[in-house]
Amino acid sequence: MTSQPGRGLLHLAAAVDLAGTLDAEPYLRLVRLAEHGALDFVTLHDTFAAAGPDSLSVLSRIAPATSRIGLVPTVTTTHTEPFHVQAAVATLDWVSRGRAGWRPDVSPGDDEAALVGRRQPPAPADLWHEAGEVADVARKLWDSWEDGAEIRDVATGRFVDRDKLHHVDFEGRTFSVRGPSIVPRPPQGNPVVVVDATRPYAYDVAARHADVALVGIADPGQLATARAGLRRRAAEHGRDPDELRVLAALRIDLGGGERTARPGHGGGPLPTEEGPLYRGGPVDLADLITDWHRRGAADGFHLTPLDPRRDLERLVNGTVPLLQHRALFRTFYPGSTLREHLDLARPANQFAALAQESS
Amino acid sequence: MTSTLPSRKAIHLAAHFPGVNNTTVWTDPGSGSQIDFTSFEHLARTAERGLFDFFFLAEGLRLREHKGRVHDLDVVGRPESLTVLNALAAVTEKLGLAATVNATFNEPYETARRFASLDHLSGGRAAWNVVTSSDAFTGENFRRGGYLDRADRYTRAAEFVDVARQLWDAGTGRPVRHHGRHFTIEGDAGVPTPPQGHPVVIQAGDSAEGREFAAAAADVIFTRHGTLEAGRAFYADVKGRLAAHGREPEDLLIMPGVTFVLGDTDAEAQEKAAGIRRQQVSPQNAILTLEQVWGVDLSSYDPDGPLPDIDPVPDTGLSQGRTHRGDVFALAEKWRELSRAKGLSIRQTVIETTSRQSFIGTARTVAAEMDAFVQGDAADGFILVPHLTPGGLDDFVDQVVPLLQERGAFRTEYEGDTLRSHLGLRTPERTLTA
Repeated sequence: MTSQPGRGLLHLAAAVDLAGTLDAEPYLRLVRLAEHGALDFVTLHDTFAAAGPDSLSVLSRIAPATSRIGLVPTVTTTHTEPFHVQAAVATLDWVSRGRAGWRPDVSPGDDEAALVGRRQPPAPADLWHEAGEVADVARKLWDSWEDGAEIRDVATGRFVDRDKLHHVDFEGRTFSVRGPSIVPRPPQGNPVVVVDATRPYAYDVAARHADVALVGIADPGQLATARAGLRRRAAEHGRDPDELRVLAALRIDLGGGERTARPGHGGGPLPTEEGPLYRGGPVDLADLITDWHRRGAADGFHLTPLDPRRDLERLVNGTVPLLQHRALFRTFYPGSTLREHLDLARPANQFAALAQESS
Repeated sequence: MTSTLPSRKAIHLAAHFPGVNNTTVWTDPGSGSQIDFTSFEHLARTAERGLFDFFFLAEGLRLREHKGRVHDLDVVGRPESLTVLNALAAVTEKLGLAATVNATFNEPYETARRFASLDHLSGGRAAWNVVTSSDAFTGENFRRGGYLDRADRYTRAAEFVDVARQLWDAGTGRPVRHHGRHFTIEGDAGVPTPPQGHPVVIQAGDSAEGREFAAAAADVIFTRHGTLEAGRAFYADVKGRLAAHGREPEDLLIMPGVTFVLGDTDAEAQEKAAGIRRQQVSPQNAILTLEQVWGVDLSSYDPDGPLPDIDPVPDTGLSQGRTHRGDVFALAEKWRELSRAKGLSIRQTVIETTSRQSFIGTARTVAAEMDAFVQGDAADGFILVPHLTPGGLDDFVDQVVPLLQERGAFRTEYEGDTLRSHLGLRTPERTLTA
């Protein structure tokens, strides 16, 4: 039962951020390592003006060289075109054969606005409102092609059944999109939406639109409360709360030894500006993950290593085998898509459902 | 010197992924997926096996519509180009990777960053086909919305490319300040200068504005294929415009988009070519093509009967997303005349006027004709448009490429690693404006 997080298998994800790295190879080594550990997905952070290649490009480059692991780039919604954003994410799903997600984020900086000739960005609440609208229109555009729209009917000369293609006619506060998408419905139906729910103003976007919500809270009791709150809010938006995975977001510094200087995981992670930071050895991290998972604090963990090359290696070779030994984490990928790893259903098409209701 | 081969112009070859018009025959049993990555991988690997300069993807921003509904007779739908090309960078090593990105429905900062990303991640193989189309119909999918005046299209595109190059030149730690008519940009490019300096810029278009824009700013011009004489005239005109921009003739390559059909004999190839044209122009497609010119519903006409006597009605908006420019009255009259003179039906007329392949014959015939086109200064090479996905390039690479190599007109191995090196383009000097 996914509503009882302490009982099911947990989900693990890791960030593979390598500041300023331009070549594909170092990213590929990290993603392959994470895939070796059977992690659900990797994330790659980005901003509109980050140094280095954009994260969706990097993970597209990685996709053919990996086979199972989910690929989740950050894609910003403030100074970008919603139509292009959804097409690129759908295409990442096609080139990875069903392993794509995306992590919408906003661009609150004046420096980012200046790159597109805007004097200043809108207020943070408005930015996240828009991000929610982009997540919404992205799903509509992914659904604007029904499954099986391509019919290749030689007798009538028709390549598609146009009754299965839909205008979305989306009217947002700051943009509108007519549709349909240029890209056929991606393998997962809807690529996975990952939202940092602890970001200011992002909470409701997570409850409404996220398949996976990341919550950075250092205390497992408070985290469990936050998880329950997100699930409740999702239900208020008419969603099945079991279709939302809540992952504890931790920064990790696995240092040099097997165990932390203090025995056990001590006081647990420390709250910092950038979220809870866990310092300790890989064995202690396994103990902490086991403990939090049994207490029902979260459905899994999203870990951001301070030193990706060192910490990811220690995570995969130290922490993961222990969790596998305790039967808390998979030893291989039974599925091939990111939704399958996350035990999330392939979503029904919202337009196909409408068509059925009205017939 | 013992070499007896006269010095020949080297031919450049590129592969166009079969697109969403009726050139692509989806009814053929050999026709595979237009969206699965395996199709892109097969074509790109085939192009690289043939030592092609680059692989080319067109762009889709709005599904075409006809009579208010999505056009359903041709291939519909495609992936987003840059994402596919980054993935192809993982399964190829030398092949150039060209994406079409519109200058109207994008912003220069983001576009420059995405091409710099592709160039870094592919080790210097990125190319950008700049297109300038703009209409209210496409604009309905975008923040910017509607229409851009035809003259403004090229000034916007020129400024767009200029800003992108400023950003590529600046790299990191050196802010760009640009205050122009269309764009105001201040800030750091974020990404270091790409391996090629500037990704290769391709421009498609035969109009006077297009030629001038290409002469000023492009590395490759993607043009239409015509007769040898027409090709020569175009070639001389475009190359002649370069000096005024301080450029040399070899700084801009002219590459017409071409189709081809191969056979064991020339006669067999002609027969195959005629069969492919019949596949491309189905009865439904023949009526549709006519409606695109006439601008009115012609569904009551028999595709195997005579052309309509009624005159076209211009600008009815019957077909959206693919515009017929020029004089529709003259075009309709020309088609009627041809139909009367040769006794052709609607479908036969459309086949005759719209879909004749560029090169038809044995591999030897096609190699000789292509070489003559290049040596005769009607082109620097070709962008091949196969009619089948994904196997449409296989025979060309296996049969024609070796003959071009035999003639001393095509490389026998990649000499460099970057697309600029394949195309013989120099690395641009960095101009730092800030």
